[in-house]
Amino acid sequence: MSSVIENLAAVPASTDVAAGRLPASQYAENFADMHRPLTAHEALVESDRCYFCYDAPCQKACPTSIDIPLFIRKIGTGNVDGSAETIFSANILGGMCARVCPTETLCEEACVRNTAEDKPVRIGLLQRYATDHYMADHDTYGARKPATGKRVAVVGAGPAGLSCAHSLAAEGHDVTLFDARRKAGGLNEHGIATYKTVDDFAQSEVDFVLAIGGIALETGKALGRDLRLADLRRDFDAVFLGLGLQAVNALGLEGEGMLGVEDAVAWIEMLRQAPDKAMVPVGRRVVVIGGGMTAVDAAVQARKLGAEDVTMVYRRGREQMNASAYEQEVAQINGVKLVTWAEPRALHGANGIVTGVEFERTSIGLSGKLEGTGERFVIPCDQVMKAIGQLFVPGPVAGETAEAIALEKNRIRVDDEQRTSLTKVWAGGDCVLGGEDLTVVAVEHGKIAARSINAALGA
Amino acid sequence: MADLRTDFLGIKSPNPFWLASAPPTDKQYNVERAFKAGWGGVVWKTLGEDPAVVNVNGPRYGAVHSNDRRLIALNNIELITDRPLEVNLREIAEVKKKWPDRAMVVSLMVPCEERNWTTIVQRVAETGADGIELNFGCPHGMSERGMGSSVGQVPEYIEMVTRWCKAASRMPVIVKLTPNITDIRYPARAAKAGGADAVSLINTVSSIMSIDLDNFAPTPTIDGKGSHGGMCGPAVKPIALNMTAEIARDPMTRGLPISGIGGVTTWRDAAEFIALGCGTVQVCTAVMTYGFKIVEEMIDGLSRYMDEKGYRSIEDFRGLAVPNVTDWQFLNLNYVTKARIDQDLCIKCGRCHIACEDTSHQAITHMVDGVRHFEVIDEECVGCNLCVNVCPVENCITMEQLTEGIDPRTKRPIHPEYANWTTHPNNPAAVNKVAAE
Repeated sequence: MSSVIENLAAVPASTDVAAGRLPASQYAENFADMHRPLTAHEALVESDRCYFCYDAPCQKACPTSIDIPLFIRKIGTGNVDGSAETIFSANILGGMCARVCPTETLCEEACVRNTAEDKPVRIGLLQRYATDHYMADHDTYGARKPATGKRVAVVGAGPAGLSCAHSLAAEGHDVTLFDARRKAGGLNEHGIATYKTVDDFAQSEVDFVLAIGGIALETGKALGRDLRLADLRRDFDAVFLGLGLQAVNALGLEGEGMLGVEDAVAWIEMLRQAPDKAMVPVGRRVVVIGGGMTAVDAAVQARKLGAEDVTMVYRRGREQMNASAYEQEVAQINGVKLVTWAEPRALHGANGIVTGVEFERTSIGLSGKLEGTGERFVIPCDQVMKAIGQLFVPGPVAGETAEAIALEKNRIRVDDEQRTSLTKVWAGGDCVLGGEDLTVVAVEHGKIAARSINAALGA
Repeated sequence: MADLRTDFLGIKSPNPFWLASAPPTDKQYNVERAFKAGWGGVVWKTLGEDPAVVNVNGPRYGAVHSNDRRLIALNNIELITDRPLEVNLREIAEVKKKWPDRAMVVSLMVPCEERNWTTIVQRVAETGADGIELNFGCPHGMSERGMGSSVGQVPEYIEMVTRWCKAASRMPVIVKLTPNITDIRYPARAAKAGGADAVSLINTVSSIMSIDLDNFAPTPTIDGKGSHGGMCGPAVKPIALNMTAEIARDPMTRGLPISGIGGVTTWRDAAEFIALGCGTVQVCTAVMTYGFKIVEEMIDGLSRYMDEKGYRSIEDFRGLAVPNVTDWQFLNLNYVTKARIDQDLCIKCGRCHIACEDTSHQAITHMVDGVRHFEVIDEECVGCNLCVNVCPVENCITMEQLTEGIDPRTKRPIHPEYANWTTHPNNPAAVNKVAAE
């Protein structure tokens, strides 16, 4: 039996969730860049490793189809700005994608160097090298075509909305970019682990995107609260919805309202926005439930805030986790325990404070379905973070009028040009069916939608 | 254990690895360090007449690098020794006395007058040096003063000076040739006619390494200007091998001892020069990059190679490649090969495909049944070897000889017998035409 299995009776009935667990100086180190950027020489050497493949598998693996061999070759010849423009022409958020893309399951997994030596070209770091270089002395990328007089509303200033807005502005349309939150950036600003995007990069990137001109940003405007879709359709020539996901899945267990039971997405957002990480409370013992990147980001950051004992529990095996093998390794390097094949069955608590989570071991039964084995164990803890997936809340776009947007599997249904069932309305990113919860996929949706909108407006 | 000792023109050395006349052999301090490291001999940096030349006080070297700063080629605008003749002669004598088992050859360059050459040769003879090397090679600086390559480019001068030097002492005379000439056989023949005991080659190749695109000047740049230099290092080895082979197989110079120079960096490079007939090799750029210690790798690598092959001495394999260097017209046109891609080794980069598709014979697939797959189309493959050369994986693509049946490309039978251009029906000058493919 694992050491995490302890008798509930041994657990004290008081909470141990506290801020400032570490010496003040430790926070800066813990939340520094996880991957040091490449130096100029390292970038040259690394660029030399690229074989400039024909019909390159890395490019095909990139959801935004960045011409990776070409941008790497340009780094190798000292044409770093040209390299960055190759990247931005396909993906205006190339800087963030270089930081947050799970390259190990995208471009770098496809790299042919894996076959020969199991060591792909470090495409993500090269992309970061080029885009950082460019963004250091360019305010923006691209130039606007002559004004068309057409107006487009983009709802949601996350990756999909930013990408769509930039492309449309470049075509000469006037864009109004709405976001429900106080700051633009979407999950790049609120949802991604701090150590993946240091130095307020998400905001710098928003500034870089908006600086092309022709984009009016209006924050604090939520669809359904401050904006109505019907009005947007009336007042604008086209509407793009990049709404993201608004809620998280519940465990469906009694006691989810207890003190210490947290929604991992909200907790990460609070951490991201905290000016001083020492102010963020974290449990001494933390259980994170889930197997995706949010679970890893929450677990690792809990450790970085000084949690002594962080256990990530997933109901299936490591291979089924949404978090890549690399992300799992990051979790383990940071001292997170991974427990697999266990599903939460009950939350234990006392005085309205969570004290532990009871799990049942699982396996794939004869029917081929996941089922409990009957064996149970309790992991005592001070804090539980739920990271078992996010939900799209269709309220603002469904049922508002007789012309409700068609949904499928509780996401907005779109065609291959990102058109919704409503005329003049396009959608993309996590809120649509086919969204993969990846920044890079959202960027591509925004790009495709912008192309389609542009064609529609020109007609 | 292989015996690496060499006897070149009667000059004995414990191994065939000599340091070429260059900065590493400019003074006693360096040469003694080289001998301690294990080098078999040196050619002392070129002596001239007093007053000594002066060098620029800015950069003397330029380079071509790969992205990881591997030095692919080096060039220099340094002149011959800038130390007084007396100092050099005294040190040469001292070093030779202290290291009697090592080869001590002295490089020379003086104005093209008999008296000048005779005088300096006799001074060198007094040091006890084993031989002299006539520097007819340097393409920069000294050539503007009628020395170095400006002599080496005129076969008549080579023959004349060589004769003077042979007459001036009993020391063996090695003539160092410049590659900055159309046909290397002419200067080699002239050296032989003048009585040279050997030739050494190549000296550096005239070069401008790069242009500074901010200042629009060649590099290395001296106060905004640059002058061509002499290039050496790994990049020049193929040029050196060809010129060595030309001399080794020329009926007029066949058998003339050769000391091979040009990009020798490893034991393997040295072995290749020896296979083309060289009795010793001379090294410069490699030690200027890595220091003298590399000779340990060279000695060990060459010994092991010889042991594996069963060669007990350098003489056992020296020149074995010379008979296999021939003219194009004598290549077997009935020898048919096709590229073969080892699918287990293939990493699917597609370089073979795009090279063949864009620039050659459209003989490699990129997609088979909707799957990324690279395979040779025998009906189109001319056996050119380009795919082998661009493939990043060693031995993934190889050339396979077809020995019988029909060549799928030409639809003609494969003839087992040898036939070359001289008898080919398409050759207007052919005699006794035979049906070769």
